[in-house]
Amino acid sequence: MRSAKNVERLCGVVGYFSDPETLLKVMPRIRDFNFCDFDAYSPYPIHGLDSAQGLKRSPIPYITFVAGLTGATLAFIFQYWTSVVDWPLNVGGKPLNSWPAFVPIIFEVTILFAGLTTFAAMLLFNGLPDFKRKRIDPAVTRDKFAIFISAPRSASEEKLSAEKGFRSFNEKEVKNIFSSLGAMEIKNIYEDGRG
Amino acid sequence: MMLMTTAESLVITSEAIAIQPVPMLTGVKSFGDINDDVAKPLESFPTWRWWAVFSMAIAAFVIGLALATKMFTTGMGVLGINHPVGWGVFIVNFVFWVGIGHAGTLISAILFLFRQRWRTAINRAAEAMTIFAVMTALIFPVIHTGRPWYAVFWLLPLPNERGLWVNFRSPLLWDVFAVGTYFTISLVFWFVGMIPDIASVRDRAKHKIRKFIYSVLSLGWNGSNKNWRHYEAAYLLLAGLSTPLVLSVHSIVSFDFAVSNVPGWHTTIFPPYFVAGAIFSGFAMVVTLLVITREVFNLKSYITIGHLEKMNKVIMATGLMVGYAYACEFFIAWYSGNSFERFTFINRAFGPYWWAYWTMATCNVLIPQVFWWKKARTSLPVMFVISLFVNVGMWFERFVITVTSLHRDFLPSSWKYYIPTIYDWGITLGSFGWFFIWFLLFCRFLPIMAMAEVKGTMASHVNTNGGEKMAREAAGHA
Repeated sequence: MRSAKNVERLCGVVGYFSDPETLLKVMPRIRDFNFCDFDAYSPYPIHGLDSAQGLKRSPIPYITFVAGLTGATLAFIFQYWTSVVDWPLNVGGKPLNSWPAFVPIIFEVTILFAGLTTFAAMLLFNGLPDFKRKRIDPAVTRDKFAIFISAPRSASEEKLSAEKGFRSFNEKEVKNIFSSLGAMEIKNIYEDGRG
Repeated sequence: MMLMTTAESLVITSEAIAIQPVPMLTGVKSFGDINDDVAKPLESFPTWRWWAVFSMAIAAFVIGLALATKMFTTGMGVLGINHPVGWGVFIVNFVFWVGIGHAGTLISAILFLFRQRWRTAINRAAEAMTIFAVMTALIFPVIHTGRPWYAVFWLLPLPNERGLWVNFRSPLLWDVFAVGTYFTISLVFWFVGMIPDIASVRDRAKHKIRKFIYSVLSLGWNGSNKNWRHYEAAYLLLAGLSTPLVLSVHSIVSFDFAVSNVPGWHTTIFPPYFVAGAIFSGFAMVVTLLVITREVFNLKSYITIGHLEKMNKVIMATGLMVGYAYACEFFIAWYSGNSFERFTFINRAFGPYWWAYWTMATCNVLIPQVFWWKKARTSLPVMFVISLFVNVGMWFERFVITVTSLHRDFLPSSWKYYIPTIYDWGITLGSFGWFFIWFLLFCRFLPIMAMAEVKGTMASHVNTNGGEKMAREAAGHA
């Protein structure tokens, strides 16, 4: 019989808070402690939590813009190439490069490229799909609001985060922080997900 | 805070009503309740009613499939189309189903951008309806080609041994790109919206296979704020991209007609007129489906009369736009001084197809006027019947546009009265079967409400604490 607590690696400590407002109030204080890796978990997106957590705006809009431009350019080039270069065909005496007739397809391909790229970028930035990744608690997709502070995964990671000036992870200290901020429940999370 | 008194809960309820004139959710619900209520149909064996409707849908689809097979093996001659009416019920059905498919994205994208929070309870089902309606629509132009196994070369710019390309100046090709893009982006938008909810279903699944399937579908979503940040950006962008897309699709469908030079088709009013008609018919279909869905799946406290009333207002507004377009077309036919145009429109209303025209006008313009009365807007039987009338009326609108413009050609010697055959009707019936098979499977296997979004719009007072149970009881007694 091996004891889970001794063998399994501690992933971090999670603190549960009663509602999103509390989460918003608590988050800047957690941030001030300057831990290397911490995140909030909630059943729905909470507005204002990004800035409270010190997260920058998602870069996806720029990617979408570039993808849209690429789609527009490719759609025009392809229509131009087929109609003017590869097989020029006189349709009703119109110019070979009758660009106004190309506009609807340029528009549609712009949207197609931008939309699919947005989706792909969202998956990429979120590290999805990932079926093996750690889930803090099944209840966070239901009705729980939690903050999770990760423990370093290895000694080298711990050293690296100390070099970068982050606060070192200490289970007891983290628990004290959570309870002083009014967490309703505090739990350890271990490697295999048992709490 | 844990012990919320009855008085406090009543104050909260009245505050919520003060902010939101029509309560978005009736009764005080907790976040957990939403998961329980929405996941219930997914986690229990379907009722006999579900099986009854599902068998009917399968039967309708099989009839359509059998007739379509016979059509493929015999030839297109079994259909009613011939010279001069070369576009018949298939094209009518295509435009009808694409039109139905507009409501979902309108609700999910445009109402999202306008911050209409009431959309959250109905957007998922409406989006699903969109996807399935477009899937149904796509069948028709493809089988209308007669030999659909070659259609891929006619519809898509694929390299082929003759070195020819598709005609990029043709509105029919624009349509391929428009509807294809619309289907793809709607599917992505729908799926992205569903990821957090599928994760919710995964996290409560007990059975191993269920857990596995929903785990795969949820892509490993864990609800962390670092993920929500990118998710929300992507969702907003997809909404922004879908908004011009949804307006472009039916505009381009209308170009199929308007870019030709057939009197009755060749008009500049077509794009906005088609878009208004699409929203009109799509909302009617959403009302038809939701009146049944909320009843069968017990979602009355989420999809409220307030939601349905708002839908009915949109139906009335777009119905008036469509009515205005009908009148405007007649005015322009007279004002243009073009005798062909004038003939076509008089023939439309008083010619051999007068019955189709007046069915359309009655169903689309006259009957929705009942919605001026609040009593009618908030009565389930009334709105259900009216929504059916609108569905019928909008099918006839496309029939009128397509058939009456063609059946009197420029040469009177080629005039002909188009009568659809059993094959046209049977395959049409099959398309309804196909649509309902998908919709019923969706209701059975996927969360039919955007749970995460509904939670986001709820008053945050009501959440995980024990207090809300008391509040709910208090609301029940009040």
